[in-house]
Amino acid sequence: MGRIIAGVTTSHVPAIGAALDNGKSGEPYWKKVFDGYKRSKEWIRKAKPDVILLVYNDHASAFSLEIIPTFALGCAAEFPIADEGWGPRPVPKVIGHPELAAHVAQSVILDEFDLTVVNTMEVDHGLTVPLSLMYGQPKEWPCRVIPLPVNVVVYPPPTAHRCYQLGRALRKAIRSYDEDLRVVVFGTGGMSHQLQGPRAGFINSKFDHRFLDLMTKDPKALARITHLELLREAGSEGIELVMWLIMRGALDEKVREVHRFYHVPASNTAVGHLILENVK
Amino acid sequence: MGKPNAYDDIPGTTVFDAQRSRQGYHLNMFCMSLMKAENRETFKANERAYLDRWPMTEEQKQAVLDRDWNGMIDRGGNIYYLAKLFFTDQKSFQYVAAIMTGSTQEEYAAMMLKGGRRPEGNRYKREWKKKRG
Repeated sequence: MGRIIAGVTTSHVPAIGAALDNGKSGEPYWKKVFDGYKRSKEWIRKAKPDVILLVYNDHASAFSLEIIPTFALGCAAEFPIADEGWGPRPVPKVIGHPELAAHVAQSVILDEFDLTVVNTMEVDHGLTVPLSLMYGQPKEWPCRVIPLPVNVVVYPPPTAHRCYQLGRALRKAIRSYDEDLRVVVFGTGGMSHQLQGPRAGFINSKFDHRFLDLMTKDPKALARITHLELLREAGSEGIELVMWLIMRGALDEKVREVHRFYHVPASNTAVGHLILENVK
Repeated sequence: MGKPNAYDDIPGTTVFDAQRSRQGYHLNMFCMSLMKAENRETFKANERAYLDRWPMTEEQKQAVLDRDWNGMIDRGGNIYYLAKLFFTDQKSFQYVAAIMTGSTQEEYAAMMLKGGRRPEGNRYKREWKKKRG
């Protein structure tokens, strides 16, 4: 059966990708960010997932205001890298796992999560920056990736509770797959940040640290957090933290925190990163 | 436009909700069109003429021409769509964030290096009113 071995959360700030792509990762400003992922690279090399189920949001790249799926699942064999205005990031194309994705889609829809099946999709920095942070700059990504984009651009995103419940349904889906596969779930975005209006630059480290603590200790408390609290306390773009709850819901109730990193700033954003392993 | 929302009392913040998405649809879709290199060239050659292809309001068009970022947000613009416009101008998120907060890019970058804008005094509109007397 499919086995979820761990979950990873990380911010997906576009400037981090640009720093890496332009050879700036050794500069003092960026080194502080990349140093926080050194242990993560070792960890994922040893963990060797076959598939990453990657929860992220599209930033007006593959989707626009024409169609706004709340939850979608990338079921294609491969996903080209989007041109976000500066040319596509020089990273390998993303190879999907259509068989597992089709199984997951069928399972969660029957579990009453009416997600949108996507068979053609480009992926943007929301998906590629987390891969770069965990794997560096390989010629090919060492595992398959199933993208799960969530709308967090047009308010309201799905609630934290709904995200957590989707995670539970994904867990069930992956465990009922008949091939032995090691799966790691990524929940990306956040942490506190605001990119617009006179309050831009908003950062709430106290809120972020509490959020990081509760991811391990009491995710059900996080699943009760309201959009209003997220907007006020984590900033208008910090609301994307709901995506972390999908990852958390996919893990067992009891998890072990094996790595944590927190740093301010990467451009306009607080960077937060966790690796959580299921305790067998 | 529906009832007031609980989030309306967060200072300096415009929540891009369903009403704003409706109001800013053409403004944001104009920005989206700048994802294509040929459209960027046409826009740069004659901004006004390019804007006139879109059923946007005159205020929205003027805000684009003036690069009035807060003005665009007020008229239904969303930051991830506006990014296509400031990328066309070869500008960054920090450049635009600094303008929206009324500071220079140096001041803004320094604030971020010191840990960003603190939550204290920045949660409710009444706190900003008090500050400004």
